[in-house]
Amino acid sequence: MIEHLDMSLVDWSRAQFALTAIYHWIFVPLTLGLSFLIAIMETIYVRTGNEEWKKLTRFWMTLFGINFAIGIATGIILEFEFGTNWSNYSWFVGDIFGAPLAIEGILAFFLESTFVAVMFFGWNKVSKKFHLTSTWLVAVGANLSALWILVANAWMQNPVGMIFNPDTARNEMVSFWAVLFNPVAVDKFLHTIFSGFLLASIFVLGISAWFLLKKREGWMAKRSILIAAIFGLVSSLTVVFTGDNSARTIASVQPVKFAAMEAHYYGSENAGLTAFGVLKKSDKKIGEKEILDFSFRIKIPGFLSIMTGGDKNTYVPGIKDLVYGEEDSRQILSVADKIRQGIFARDVLNDYKRAIMFNDTEQIRVIKKQYFQDKKFMNENFRYFGYASLMKPEDAVPNVALSFYSFHLMVMLGFFFILVFAASVFLVLKGSISKHRWFLWIALLSIPLAYIASEAGWVLTEAGRQPWIIQDLMPVTRGVSQISASSVMTTFILFAILFTALLIAEVSIMLRQIKTGPKHQED
Amino acid sequence: MRNLFPDVKKLVSFYYEGFRDMSAWGRKVWLIIFIKLFIMFAILRLFFFHDFLHDKYANDKQRSKYVLEQLTNSATTND
Repeated sequence: MIEHLDMSLVDWSRAQFALTAIYHWIFVPLTLGLSFLIAIMETIYVRTGNEEWKKLTRFWMTLFGINFAIGIATGIILEFEFGTNWSNYSWFVGDIFGAPLAIEGILAFFLESTFVAVMFFGWNKVSKKFHLTSTWLVAVGANLSALWILVANAWMQNPVGMIFNPDTARNEMVSFWAVLFNPVAVDKFLHTIFSGFLLASIFVLGISAWFLLKKREGWMAKRSILIAAIFGLVSSLTVVFTGDNSARTIASVQPVKFAAMEAHYYGSENAGLTAFGVLKKSDKKIGEKEILDFSFRIKIPGFLSIMTGGDKNTYVPGIKDLVYGEEDSRQILSVADKIRQGIFARDVLNDYKRAIMFNDTEQIRVIKKQYFQDKKFMNENFRYFGYASLMKPEDAVPNVALSFYSFHLMVMLGFFFILVFAASVFLVLKGSISKHRWFLWIALLSIPLAYIASEAGWVLTEAGRQPWIIQDLMPVTRGVSQISASSVMTTFILFAILFTALLIAEVSIMLRQIKTGPKHQED
Repeated sequence: MRNLFPDVKKLVSFYYEGFRDMSAWGRKVWLIIFIKLFIMFAILRLFFFHDFLHDKYANDKQRSKYVLEQLTNSATTND
């Protein structure tokens, strides 16, 4: 029961989900991007008929295959966890997630059992054009498959297109298109797939750089670098654009997360964007939570206002304004007010529950009509339902340091990759990339940095949404199953072992194939 | 149906030959896939990841009642 809620259960359940999601995400972005790079390489092979391009394509296809095979089904564990550790949440959202996840499952099944098989088994067995079409379909299918998962995640960030059914305690989808074209889903999908393209480009660039450092496979390495660098440069510039859109959407639908990722405590016009900053503790507080200050900061004046509203006079509310509200001039509802609205919604639901219990059909009809079928109640009260479970207003604030650092790390690395791609294009076209060994080392060492940037994006997305499992509707404390914390801890350890073993297997098989090189790839 | 048979046969032989002629790394990753799926479904799913609501309650009505209770439980400090 909630009154005896064991916080270690919530923490272990969150830690387990985070661990599984982080490991799962090690495999996914490479699949998303490398599939397109392979399709581009194979297109060149089919157009030129040059067998060297075929070897090159098959080499990267081997690495794709290893990553794809090891990563396959790792996401299913997340679904196990929904049913076991997050049963209240799963029940509450079941009907919304059903459609996107079913589409994803069907798409993944057909994609994996048909076109991936043609990709690997079809060389010399099907026509060149059919094989190429299959490769492109794998790339498009893998990315479309990701769309449905991201749509489901976007709903958690910005729940739309549903109504709550008090009889079943579930949300029901009323508009598939509202769920699909949720602004968060559109931004998230584009930002995520292009960041996957970026990561895969860095991967190809880094491994090709290793070949040049070893003075091996020069022809293949330089061509791979050129393709990866152009594809990566276009992708990374698109990531900046989609990231900017994404930030604007977050500012509108998750303003506390937006303020936290900038450590922006006090609202202002002409608000500056922190390009780089180091946080420190201060003696000021919001409730019991310490306000963090900057010990060092490089700030771009007015840019945060421009980012959110298009001009520097745009007011950007800070964490303090969002917690305590600013009802006079800005009409920002305080968290205390939202808690009151949420408690009212919960009381109505309690009355409804009692009416069901006593089989009071008249009362059931009245409450349904007066409240659950009333747009005003649903928009002004029920949308804050989750706030009824907050202990105090400051609980609506996520971990500021984690949000800030994950966001800034991702952004800084993103700009660093743009420089790496631009320099790669320049050096490879100039024909001097092999001479710049320092640059080849940078390219190689960028591989882990790309993974760190990709994971940091998800840390911001999920940690920045706290305390919510579904924004404003359900905090994590209500979504968790009432099971023993020790059993969650046990499975956490099992997962850590399983995933680490899988990662070691992937890296070791991949390293062996990389060392073998394209010339000696087996069929 | 008569025309479909050679196509099915071709499809089966396509997969059969594909698996038969698979490279060393291919065999290795398939082994890993099977071990992984075994651990996931025969161990983790069977012994550790039961569907909480499904196991605890016999029907959806009971599950709804339980979740409704969880959602409306007001034993936090807000009252």
